[in-house]
Amino acid sequence: MTNEGHPLNKVCIICAKGAIEDVYASLVLGNGAVMEGIETKIFFTFFGLDAITKKTMNSLHTSTVGNPAMRMPGGLAFPTLLGMLPGVEAGVSAMMRGQMDKLDIPPVKEFLEMIDAGGGEIYACKLAMDMFKLKKEDLWEGVKDVLTVGQFYEKCGGLQTQVIFT
Amino acid sequence: MAQKIIAGVTVDVTEEGYLTNPAQWTKEIALEIGKEENVQLTDKHFEVLNFIRDRFAKNETMTIRSVGNSGIIDIKGFYGLFPGAPMKKAAKIAGISKPASCV
Repeated sequence: MTNEGHPLNKVCIICAKGAIEDVYASLVLGNGAVMEGIETKIFFTFFGLDAITKKTMNSLHTSTVGNPAMRMPGGLAFPTLLGMLPGVEAGVSAMMRGQMDKLDIPPVKEFLEMIDAGGGEIYACKLAMDMFKLKKEDLWEGVKDVLTVGQFYEKCGGLQTQVIFT
Repeated sequence: MAQKIIAGVTVDVTEEGYLTNPAQWTKEIALEIGKEENVQLTDKHFEVLNFIRDRFAKNETMTIRSVGNSGIIDIKGFYGLFPGAPMKKAAKIAGISKPASCV
């Protein structure tokens, strides 16, 4: 049996973390699905909400502490103690954003706009919004709706649908 | 390598129908592949096709963002011109390789 006979119809992605790499994993998967003509829905919850909150969306950080995959430019290990110094995390994060821009990977807001332009849908989690005391006005204007988990699952039905947790 | 007769001309194609030699591409071929892909080509389509053929010739990565920044059309309009999978469809109709970019 080949996969081509059963192409994906729908992809539902859940983004629960707010570090640059976690958010971009969701955005690249989501935008990639939209580009393939697959119906796409992305649900942002917990710290993932940072990616669709106006105040934070374009200044996401990566963690320089407790991140064993972190390397210096050139490949040497990145000492955790160095990561704790003021400004280091911000610098590393800015460097990462710069690298991505070189690959034509857009900033978060522009990426979301691209997904929206292709018909992908962006949702926010109601429970997490209550927890973080966020209101709909705090979110990026393109957010389609604030949903409970049950409402999100209702949108995830249908044959050839995948739910992906990044 | 597979060959296919498109608009009366024999061209080299991949299994998926992408032209392997962009120099074999003509406007007639584009119109014919467009029909297969259910896209009725207009002048606007050709502006986009020429833009991505240019980029391809210069060996630049093909991204949906680059089309959106081309000044020819925005991303929403691009999805409108080539409904479904715009990057792949446009590449096929433009007679270039299947896009290998993730964005």
